[in-house]
Amino acid sequence: MTSTPTAPTRTPSPVETGTGRSVGRPLDRVDGTAKTTGAARYAAEHPHPGLAHAALVHAAVTRGRITGIDAAGAEAVPGVLAVITHENAPAMKPPPPVSVLNLSSLASGSSVNYLNTDEVHWNGQPVAVVVAETPEAARHAAGLVRVSYRELPATVDFAAEEGNAVPQKSSALQSGGARKGDAEAALAAAPVSVDLRFTTPPYHHNAIEPHATTAVWDGDRLTVHEGTQNITWLRDHLALRFGVPVRNVRVVAPYVGGAFGGKTMVWAGTVLTVLAARVTGRPVRMALTREGVYRTVGGRTPSAQRVALGARADGTLTALIHTSVTQTGRTGGLPEQATSQSRHLYAAENILLRQNLVELDAVPNTPMRAPGESIGTFALESAVDELACALGLDPIELRMRNEPERNPVDGKRFAHRMLREAYALGAERFGWSGRTPEPGSMRDGGWLVGLGVASAYHPSWQMPANVTVRLSADGSVVVRCGFHEMGMGGATAQAQIAADALGVPFEAVRVEYGDSDLPSGPGAGGSAQTASVAASLLAACEKLKGSLLALARRSGGSPLRGRRPGDLEARDGGLWAGPAGPGETYAAILARAGRDSAEAAVGSDTRVGKVTGQLRFMSKLLRDRRRWVKAACGAHFCEVRVDPDTGEVRVSRWLGVFDVGRVVNAKMVASQLRGGIVMGIGMALSEETLVDPRNGRIMNPGLADYHVPVHADVPPIDVHCLDVPDPTMPLGLLGVGEVSVTGVAAAIANAVRHATGRRVRDLPVTPDKLL
Amino acid sequence: MVEVRLRVNGADASLDLPPQVSLLDALRERLGLTGTKKGCDQGACGACTVLADGERINSCLALAVQYAGREITTIEGIAGDGPGHPLQAAFVRNDGLQCGYCTSGQICSAIGMLAEHGAGMPSAVTEHLCADGAELTDDEIRERMSGNLCRCGAYNGIVDAIREFAAAEAER
Ligand code: FES
Ligand code: FES
Repeated sequence: MTSTPTAPTRTPSPVETGTGRSVGRPLDRVDGTAKTTGAARYAAEHPHPGLAHAALVHAAVTRGRITGIDAAGAEAVPGVLAVITHENAPAMKPPPPVSVLNLSSLASGSSVNYLNTDEVHWNGQPVAVVVAETPEAARHAAGLVRVSYRELPATVDFAAEEGNAVPQKSSALQSGGARKGDAEAALAAAPVSVDLRFTTPPYHHNAIEPHATTAVWDGDRLTVHEGTQNITWLRDHLALRFGVPVRNVRVVAPYVGGAFGGKTMVWAGTVLTVLAARVTGRPVRMALTREGVYRTVGGRTPSAQRVALGARADGTLTALIHTSVTQTGRTGGLPEQATSQSRHLYAAENILLRQNLVELDAVPNTPMRAPGESIGTFALESAVDELACALGLDPIELRMRNEPERNPVDGKRFAHRMLREAYALGAERFGWSGRTPEPGSMRDGGWLVGLGVASAYHPSWQMPANVTVRLSADGSVVVRCGFHEMGMGGATAQAQIAADALGVPFEAVRVEYGDSDLPSGPGAGGSAQTASVAASLLAACEKLKGSLLALARRSGGSPLRGRRPGDLEARDGGLWAGPAGPGETYAAILARAGRDSAEAAVGSDTRVGKVTGQLRFMSKLLRDRRRWVKAACGAHFCEVRVDPDTGEVRVSRWLGVFDVGRVVNAKMVASQLRGGIVMGIGMALSEETLVDPRNGRIMNPGLADYHVPVHADVPPIDVHCLDVPDPTMPLGLLGVGEVSVTGVAAAIANAVRHATGRRVRDLPVTPDKLL
Repeated sequence: MVEVRLRVNGADASLDLPPQVSLLDALRERLGLTGTKKGCDQGACGACTVLADGERINSCLALAVQYAGREITTIEGIAGDGPGHPLQAAFVRNDGLQCGYCTSGQICSAIGMLAEHGAGMPSAVTEHLCADGAELTDDEIRERMSGNLCRCGAYNGIVDAIREFAAAEAER
């Protein structure tokens, strides 16, 4: 048991303890009706008078310079308004260099200043954009643009470049390697050891909504409809690139048709739609083709990893070595932390973690659901399973014998950790004791049956968020914050939190989000959005109650006269002194004061306010990091069936038990956790982006050739949350967006090992690897 | 340009279109019926599923001109004059959606699928092809719905919603 209390104690409010009426309830999502009736409008669905349509022309070489463009054929297509190339495009400011003092500088997907350069940096980079009256005309004309190039040598083959990898740097936001003791020597001396190499292919997010932008200029004011995970970054980026004040740019994104990291950065399509609108003086929409998404938006890096484990005969780990090679693009990309979870999961006596990078002439990679841990847990958790086989130990038992009391690499305390509980509960619910350890020993008719486990792990974050809350005399509450809704149910969750904090019914709360005109919200990333908004929302509600109390005390006749905030309870639409004590409704307070509403704000969007917010964020982050390790974790249990004749693997049963802190809405949390597991099933068994090693061109840029899981691939997924709040996080929330995809591929590979005796170390586990 | 007379959700519409325009683009870009989604434009995702005379089709693979005079029903029209289709409510109750982008296609596809099943059409997992109507097991639902991708992974909730709706219909 490691969940030792580590945070200062104070009396928790009903919201925090979950004794309010809304938090914890499995309420239906508030936008469910809009999404099931077709009323919800996504980025490519906003009508504008005079709307024109744009389409991209992609480079057909990998690296080189454009020597000529023949646009005559395209320009002759009826309805074509413009063919924009580097020869005629207006100048844009280049993407800014990255600075930790300006988080928006992280927004550039790539450093390429599209159509302001004759250089081509990857196969598929946009080299022209065609604008026309109709989408058909734009697409047709785009196919008629002839571009000639002088080709330059390019480096594109990840496997061939692995040997040239260089060490990855660490930063405030990203940890690099780690070293404790002498792991190589301990490995060599260990009585039992495994030393394995793993590879994972590139993957793509494949949100079902392809990236789309609608851009409207009105003089120097710009409105952009875009399915983005980061409204603030996008607004700041566009203002900078097009040389207009930030306040002139409005980004509207109430619905995002899935994102998973792929809509975090600003990519070519967005910038070029805005450019096209500027050039033509018309509102312009560009919905990328599915292939266009693959060519212009990064995916998950491929990886090659080594995990070596040494143990005593009783299973005590003496050595843990995890090294990785991943890729970035020459013009940008996120260095992935594939060894992240290996800093935290096992109490090995000696640890060596090292991350290396190769740079390729490819579209820059980008975060995809649990960057780092999703692929890192595949390697680590597969190796742990293999060690269990070598030791003749149950894989859960091996994990429990090495469950750390403190963070293994540096001895920091865990803010919260219930992995033992997750495994114990999971084993019981899943019937783990019925598993016979011998490979191939369990059958169902002609199928070989295998059971596997693996740990899930994802660090918890909290970002700055500005929030306002307004309470009106009619009892309605409006929460305003520019956060993002890509399916997580943020508006529903925040309404639940506000309802309990103010003691009003859930139905009385409306949440406004997805618009840069609102107070700046956090980006949707790092599984941090709910906790980040919740922290500010709770603070805003406290402030609001404080000012309502002040109003009450100032006016004669209030039963709240002489009361202090600490004495009061928010319930039944007002403030009351204890369960039976005197008090009054907010409506009565406002009426007596002659006001029709009261409002409170947390955070500020002034220049100073923003800088202060970011500094506060960085200092809190660093302070927290020094004190605690915070993370969500969990235990996956999976059952697979393998056809011994064809090598086909079917996932037949799944249970995930998660420690994600407090659960705000059990229905939506379960959905999100299931979604991660489904994505993990694809990662394990069918998904893989195929890159031509000669020219770096993606060979399967479509959903017919890149196989995401379908209905038939997904069994009923049993999800259970321990629902114990983390004392160091707002409302005890640890974030649920990413943790469940981690460990999935390993659980499947481990189950396949159990079914067949074969250890597949190269994802995906396709039938050819089992025959 | 060709003139196409479409009948969508019970209303007639006459459009002048280049003949290569898909039914999907006609609905979304010309008629403003954006409830039908475009996920791939290649017949691979099912987001564009609509009903043509009650049968489910991928509208991205259908030319608008081919569907002149057919009765097209999109997500905006499945409720008819009613306040909502009970399957829409079942999706919300069972959380058969997250981002919502595949949802219109899932719902239209499910309605078409249940009609196919009701008419005795077998699927790849139907055990007895000659039996009178296969039981609508979860495996049958999953197999028959596999043309509709959901990247958010709301599959469990979608199957729950369809099962619940089908059972309620069978009661009636
Ligand atoms: S858009 Fe028609 S199947 Fe994907
Ligand atoms: S709900 Fe997002 S793709 Fe299905």
